[in-house]
Amino acid sequence: MIAAVLSLTLLGAALGIGLGVAARRFAVEGNPMVDEVAALMPGSNCGQCGFPGCPGAAAAVVAGEAPPTLCPPGGKALAAALAEKLGIELDLSGVVDEGPKIALVAEEICIGCCRCIKVCPTDAILGAPKQIHNVIREACTGCGNCIERCPTEAMSMQPVPMTLQHWVWPKPAVA
Amino acid sequence: MTEILVLLITTALVNNVVLVKFLGLCPFMGVSRNVDSALGMGLATTFVITLASAATWMLEHWLLAPLGLGYLRILTFILVIAATVQFVELVVKKASPGLYQALGIYLPLITTNCAVLGIALLNVQEKSSFAVSIAYGFGSALGFTLVLLIFAGLRERLALARVPAAFTGAPVGFVLAGLLSLAFMGFAGLNFK
Amino acid sequence: MGLMEKIFGAGWGIHPADRKRPAADIPLRRIATPSHLYVPLQQHIGAPARPVVLVGQKVAKGQLLAEAQGATSAAIHAPRSGTIVSVGDITAPHASGLPVAGIAIEWDGEDRWHEPDDLPADPFALAPEDIGRRVAAAGIVGLGGAAFPSALKLNLGKRSGIHTLILNGGECEPYLSCDDRLMRDFARETVEGIRLMLHATGAREALVGIEDNKPEAIAAMTAAAAPFGEVQVRPVPARYPMGSEKHLFSTLTGKEVPADGRTTDLGVLVHNVGTAYAVQQAIRLGRPLVERIVTLNGGAWHAPGNCVVPVGMLVADIVTAVGLKQDPARLIMGGPMMGTQLPGTFVPVVKGTSGLLALTADEAAAGEAQPCIRCSSCVRACPVGLLPLEMAARIRTDDYAGAVDLGLKDCIACGCCAWVCPAHIPLVQYFGHAKGELAARDRAKLRTDATKRLVAARAERLEREAKEKAEAAARRKAERAAQKAAEAAAAAATADRTTEES
Repeated sequence: MIAAVLSLTLLGAALGIGLGVAARRFAVEGNPMVDEVAALMPGSNCGQCGFPGCPGAAAAVVAGEAPPTLCPPGGKALAAALAEKLGIELDLSGVVDEGPKIALVAEEICIGCCRCIKVCPTDAILGAPKQIHNVIREACTGCGNCIERCPTEAMSMQPVPMTLQHWVWPKPAVA
Repeated sequence: MTEILVLLITTALVNNVVLVKFLGLCPFMGVSRNVDSALGMGLATTFVITLASAATWMLEHWLLAPLGLGYLRILTFILVIAATVQFVELVVKKASPGLYQALGIYLPLITTNCAVLGIALLNVQEKSSFAVSIAYGFGSALGFTLVLLIFAGLRERLALARVPAAFTGAPVGFVLAGLLSLAFMGFAGLNFK
Repeated sequence: MGLMEKIFGAGWGIHPADRKRPAADIPLRRIATPSHLYVPLQQHIGAPARPVVLVGQKVAKGQLLAEAQGATSAAIHAPRSGTIVSVGDITAPHASGLPVAGIAIEWDGEDRWHEPDDLPADPFALAPEDIGRRVAAAGIVGLGGAAFPSALKLNLGKRSGIHTLILNGGECEPYLSCDDRLMRDFARETVEGIRLMLHATGAREALVGIEDNKPEAIAAMTAAAAPFGEVQVRPVPARYPMGSEKHLFSTLTGKEVPADGRTTDLGVLVHNVGTAYAVQQAIRLGRPLVERIVTLNGGAWHAPGNCVVPVGMLVADIVTAVGLKQDPARLIMGGPMMGTQLPGTFVPVVKGTSGLLALTADEAAAGEAQPCIRCSSCVRACPVGLLPLEMAARIRTDDYAGAVDLGLKDCIACGCCAWVCPAHIPLVQYFGHAKGELAARDRAKLRTDATKRLVAARAERLEREAKEKAEAAARRKAERAAQKAAEAAAAAATADRTTEES
């Protein structure tokens, strides 16, 4: 009886100490995966995914709490990149990529209040007090933060029109 | 020497731990979606099985048998295996975060991989010598890795095939595993005499 | 070239029935100019040209309508004299049917060329750079189909040590005969254009590769090139896709272009024979590229043949002028293998239009796609040595990276695989889709990177502003403190004075 208790205790203690030493030796600061995943994300911290900024979203994706398709501005391309990074099987056929959208100012309603400018994560809105604002198309990420801030509903999200340069052959339908 | 060599072949092929003895099916189905993570899983399991074979032999012959503590066998073996797996997990997490992410829950689950405990217990049952125990463990692990790699390769091809909707995913994977098992049963005809 | 290829001949490619005659043998016609022309601003690879004319302005034939902008672009000229009616969108000659910006001209009924200002007396006395400049000003693009601005390729010559020029007269696509007709009817001009190109690039010799199913063109070109030793006509076996620059190159030189390389890496520049003719017209006569020979072929046309068509003429107007026997099952711009199925007839002819095929239902018959039986016919046919069936299987399951690993980027979209496929699988469409999808992902990646830079810039701005604000506040505080101190000192001084006075 004593032999059994003693041997198990000793064995457990020895293995525990060994593992403790190994844990020190192979300690990893944070989760390197999270940093790698965060590097893939747009980094605009727009909050459309419902997580606190891109680092938060990255942590959630790595932890498996969110699907790789969580990022609307990143679209299909980001989803595929994330899935590959995390080794997750991803069925993109179900994902409806509505295509990129960008904000547009209705110039006849804009009162030049500058509220949207303050929330734009990429400084994509050009304007000054009492001047009609405008969106720099190339810089807009389509996060939609400005929409709710506009007191006159002059901001709206519009799909980026399809051009010859962006057109992609549709995938052949499988018979 | 010949005995060890024959033992390696018989454990890896003839008595394959997965396809003939049907042990360790959980990682076999779970981590065989691509060859890279299958190889990682195979290597991790090989390390654990080989090390556990040696450690359990020592435990059995130097601790349990002399003290007549045979009833503690499973308990102590699991303890050693769990510690080894924890160690592997720490190393993998440090060395290859990508592989760590890809293996996910299946890495700690090596602890409960019945192939690992099974081999340790079979070694005791067969009253094998130390060298034979290690060869038995290493050969079985080799067989496990081989089968995992073959199966992952086949599943990569299978992903390209047009499978009827009802069979997509796991069902056709099981059909494939069955066929592969049939193929490995063929090694039973090998005669070393 | 391996031993097998020496004994059995090159294994790549296919031999479709060429169907070039009788259209190729009918003399060249000029087509009546329609009342309106619609000239797209982007008829080339690269950035669209920028319009330099106003609505209502009168332009002469060959006058500049839009100038090149950016490094890769080409100028656009008025195909006929007339009045600019509008600058707006027109349907692009593209399978998508999307609009492209363009200029509409109402023809004034005259045929008056814009007067060129500085015609050289002897074009061969021009500096090579000057030829490149004039070619760029004439808006000449590669007429073989890709429509890459030619001047860029010519200017490349000096820099990358081009020693040989290959003139592509392969015209391997079935039905098409516009290059054939050009070489038969304008052999002298074409040879002069080739010599001008040699002069511009500094290359020592020019090889004109012509498929052996065009004996008349070979004869005409050989005769025209006879006085000039540096221009050699080389018949090549008829085989699709002989007109691909890499394949013509390896057939003529026996070398192979590396997978991620170009012929220019090996000191060889490839141009279309049509481009040579356009260069001659631009340098000798100062005429920009405003019209071209277009093959009208296919069972549905009333009178197949080759026509000189102004750029910007609507397909609908050509249909009216030439006439259709029946409604075509398919209307294709370019060749049947690599051409574009047109979304309608309200589409203009562009610089890169080699043919307009009106195919009857018999000619266009396409079977329904069936499952792949892994017969590997496509592997044997692929001129680049890829595995089309494997690539398509990966693309079907969205494994684009896997397809790229198998060499998707080397696919030249020639259509051999789809042509031989007994299961009628639209392989080329798979590859076109995957290439587009990958390009879209690359763009998204660039966009994400740009967003990151913008976010960093904003963070930096906010920090700077906060700092400036803090500094300003500190300054004001200091000023106020100083003022207060001064006031206190003054008060104290007054107090002192008052005490002294009292």
